[in-house]
Amino acid sequence: MATFATNEFRSGLKIMLDGDPCSIIENEFVKPGKGQAFNRVKFRNLKTGRVGEKTFKSGETVEGADVIDLDMEYLYTDGEFYHFMKTDGSFEQIAASKEAVGDAVKWLKEQDVFTVTLYNGAPLTVTPPNFVELEIVETDPGVRGDTAQGGSKPARLSTGAVVNVPLFLEEGEVIRVDTRSGEYVSRVKK
Amino acid sequence: MLADIRAFFASRGVMEVETPLLSASTATDPGLDSFELEAEGRRFLLTSPEPHMKRLLAAGSGPIFQISRAFRRGEAGRRHNPEFTMLEWYRPGFSLEALEAELLDLIRALGWQAPAEHATYGELFRRYLGLDPFTADNEALIRQAAQVGQLEASVLDRETALDLLFSHCVEPRLVAHDTLVVSGYPASQAALARTSVNEDGQAVALRFELYLRGIEVANAYDELADETEQARRACSDNEVRQARGLPDIPEDARFLAAVGQLPPASGIALGVDRLIMVLGGYASLAEVLAFDWARA
Repeated sequence: MATFATNEFRSGLKIMLDGDPCSIIENEFVKPGKGQAFNRVKFRNLKTGRVGEKTFKSGETVEGADVIDLDMEYLYTDGEFYHFMKTDGSFEQIAASKEAVGDAVKWLKEQDVFTVTLYNGAPLTVTPPNFVELEIVETDPGVRGDTAQGGSKPARLSTGAVVNVPLFLEEGEVIRVDTRSGEYVSRVKK
Repeated sequence: MLADIRAFFASRGVMEVETPLLSASTATDPGLDSFELEAEGRRFLLTSPEPHMKRLLAAGSGPIFQISRAFRRGEAGRRHNPEFTMLEWYRPGFSLEALEAELLDLIRALGWQAPAEHATYGELFRRYLGLDPFTADNEALIRQAAQVGQLEASVLDRETALDLLFSHCVEPRLVAHDTLVVSGYPASQAALARTSVNEDGQAVALRFELYLRGIEVANAYDELADETEQARRACSDNEVRQARGLPDIPEDARFLAAVGQLPPASGIALGVDRLIMVLGGYASLAEVLAFDWARA
C-alpha cells in the first residue's frame, strides 16, 4: 500500500493509525514562529466510528489504508449476512456481516443503493443514502384536521425503522426520511 | 497597502533594496525547507532575503527595507502559503525596543490601533501549561507533549516538545490578545539572533515575535554579528539536518564574512499576507491571496 507524507494529508484520505483504517476529517498545519512544524489531524476510526486527534511532525509519512467506497445495491439477507451487488454492471456480489451493516440495517430496502466501504477487500461499513423513501406499515390511525398544529406519533416503516411522523399520515403511505438524523422529511406522493 | 508601507519607510529615510530570490545557499534552520533547483549548480529559492540584506548592511548600506517573495517548501495551511510576501527591514544602531516601537508605528499607520501587551515565552508557558520551559526536565516536557499530540514520546526531543506545546497549547490562547509582543525565547531558539542571560540567569535569545489576535505576524532579532558563532550554528543545524535525513545546505562563506562585518543592528521580517488577513478580519490566507497555493 502507498504511503503518504504529511503534505499530502487532506480530508477524506484513508490512512492506517494504530493498526486501524482511519479517514482524515481535518488536517491543520501549525508551526511556532521558528522550529518544528506539525500537522494536527482529526480522524475517524473507520472500524469503531470514533473520532480522535493526533499530531504528526511535518514531513513524517504514514501508511495508506486499503479502503474504497463502492456504490452497491442491497439484495437480501439470509439471516446471517446481508448481500449487496455492484452497480457497475458486473453483477458481482459481496456479503456483509451484521457488524459491518451496523445501524444501516434499519434502512435496508431491496434495490436501494448503499455505500459499502471495503477494507482489504472485505466490507467494513455500510452507509445508507442521506434520504430514503419507505412505506409506513404500522401507525395509529390518522387524525384529520389542523395539520399545521404539529404533534407527532411513532410509525414503523417497512424496514423496521421507527420514525416520528405527523398525525395525519396513514399506514400504506410512503415517506421520505433523513437517515443521518432519523427524522421524517416529507410525504411522497405515489 | 504596499504603497503605504513604502511611504512609511521613505518618510523615515529607509532605503528600499532588491536582492536575489535564487541563491547558491539558503537557511540552514532544520525547521525550514527550501525549494531547490538545478541551474548551473545548486540554487535555492530563499526562505527570506536575510543573507543578502545582511551583506548589504555589512557593506555599509545603512537602514534598508525590502518587500519580496519568500518560499518555504511544505508550509501550506490556513496561515501558511509556500510562496508569500515578506517585508523585511534592518536598522543599524537600533535596539530591539526601538525596532519594536517602529513596528508598532508601522502597523498603526496601516490601520491597527490596539495597544501592545508584552509577555515572555516563559510566562506564557507557565500560564497555559503550568510548566517552566527553562527548568522543566526533558522527561516532563516530552511526556506532556506526547500526551497533547497523541504521539510516541520516542519521536520527540526537548526542542520538538517545546515547539509542540507552544504551537498546540499556547498559540491558540493568544487569540485573546489583540497585540502581543512575545520575547525571552530560549537561547536554543535564537536562529540568527544574539543571545543573552535574563534576570533569572537563563540563556535567552534577543528576539521578539509580534502576535495579532493569536496570529504570528513578525519576528525580530538583535542581529548576531559573530561570524564564528554563526558558523557554529550553521554547522550544528546541518548536523541536525543530516540526522533527520534533510538535505545538507552548502556553507555560505560570503554571508558568514558579512556577519562578522555587521554593524550593531536590529532586523525584522513581517508576513505581509498575514498582516492583510488580520487587518481585514479574515480567517485564512486563501481569502486574501488572489491565487493561493492550491490554485496557483
